[in-house]
Amino acid sequence: MQDLGISILFQGRNFVRLLEGLWVTINISLISVSISILLGIILGMVMTIKNPVITIFTKFYLEFVRVMPQLVLLFLVYFGLTRAFNINLSGELSSIIVFSLWGTAEMGDLVRGALISIPKHQYESGMSLGLTKLQVYQYVIIPQTVRRLLPLALNLVTRMIKTTSLIVLIGVVEVVKVGQQIIESSRLTDPNASLWIYGTIFFLYFLICYPLSLLATRLERKWKN
Amino acid sequence: MRKTKNLLFLLLAFIVAATGLAGCSSSSADSTESGGSEVSANGTARTLEEIKESGNITIGVFSDKKPFGYVDENGDYQGYDIYFGNRIAEDLGVEVEYVTVDAASRVEYLETAKVDIILANFTVTEERAEKVDFALPYMKVSLGVVSPDHAIITDVEELNGKTLIVAKGTTADIYFTENHPEIELLKFDQYSDAYGALLDGRGDSFSTDNTEVLAWAIENGGYTVGIDTLGDLDTIAPAVQKGNTELLDWLNAEIKTLGEEQFFHKNFEETLAPAYGDAAVADNIVVEGGVVEE
Repeated sequence: MQDLGISILFQGRNFVRLLEGLWVTINISLISVSISILLGIILGMVMTIKNPVITIFTKFYLEFVRVMPQLVLLFLVYFGLTRAFNINLSGELSSIIVFSLWGTAEMGDLVRGALISIPKHQYESGMSLGLTKLQVYQYVIIPQTVRRLLPLALNLVTRMIKTTSLIVLIGVVEVVKVGQQIIESSRLTDPNASLWIYGTIFFLYFLICYPLSLLATRLERKWKN
Repeated sequence: MRKTKNLLFLLLAFIVAATGLAGCSSSSADSTESGGSEVSANGTARTLEEIKESGNITIGVFSDKKPFGYVDENGDYQGYDIYFGNRIAEDLGVEVEYVTVDAASRVEYLETAKVDIILANFTVTEERAEKVDFALPYMKVSLGVVSPDHAIITDVEELNGKTLIVAKGTTADIYFTENHPEIELLKFDQYSDAYGALLDGRGDSFSTDNTEVLAWAIENGGYTVGIDTLGDLDTIAPAVQKGNTELLDWLNAEIKTLGEEQFFHKNFEETLAPAYGDAAVADNIVVEGGVVEE
């Protein structure tokens, strides 16, 4: 039977290397997501405070991160910090900083949106039942906020995982770069290498992102009412 | 209510686990390192003494440009530049750490001291020499243009109205932008993507160093280097951060010493000859002792 090129995956340590590259991607994503969730919740709560100074500051941060492409932010942190402040960070750390900054802004906005979407009478009803402010948040507000927030947060997580493919441009060898290395080293022996390698990378991303996307959709449907 | 509490608990557990995993993880494969471990803590390049004391030299190389710098199926760096890099580390008595760089940011890697040396097929140009210090050359090249057999490009004029593929920040990119602005350029960050685009027919031809396109055409049937010498004869040399004279002087002395033992001819035989076959002669590519013989 004709070799369709799939053998490229099993030459030497190629498949293991792809998985190692995937681990770099997942690792950076996990840390960034974790930081983003923690800081995003705090930022979101801060954003609901009716204070002009806080509003201006948070709005500027949010818009700056949204307007600036992640690639530019990556270059700014990786090369720019060294030039401006003599702070030499590794590619991985630079990536985590950038994705955390971006994730925190996005997460903060999601939290803010979820909090302000809770009708005012929910707070008042809780208070009228004799609940303390803390109890109102614990039993009335937070459960509803989490329901509105989780599907959106999961979608943000998948976006962050996919966007990590940009880190290849600051020298971090993640799954896409490993794929390019494999394709390049086997140009002569496997002309169809790119199809199989990029196909495998697509499948690996799909394996990570699709369950999250599915979970988000199910939660959204389940909690709609 | 309990479900919500469970969800919050799961979320917290996820955060703790992720942070814990991150702390424990370390990159295992040679090819999955991005450097930063032994480089300068600020933007100033390390001196020769500091490199020796650290026991580690960081060299910026290509990882997707066979046969000059690439990663094999076992995850090890290979190629002409790597062969030289290994010898540099050996003669310095240190371990070598290779950092993957792409063409457009090679200067930036040196300027910000992310690497000690760049050995990424770095062509010496006046513009680059203003920003980095080049050592003596170890290779000579000019530009070449490769195109499909059914539509061979044999003259630059034939590129008018056609799409030429180049890698961003390379000599080819600079040359065509400055000298032939009428030619439409399709630019890629990665060499593998540029070659992929040529194979997919997204461009009519591809230009980079003639040594590189020659090797590629041999490996890929149906393609011919129609223009094998374009522009001036250029040299390829190691580069260090501007002002790092100690390391520069050591590199120059090293290249002269290696010339006495015909090191780069051996390097050619080991790394380039298998790719070129009879299509290239060592003396047309190799520079020994930093002396260019035209």
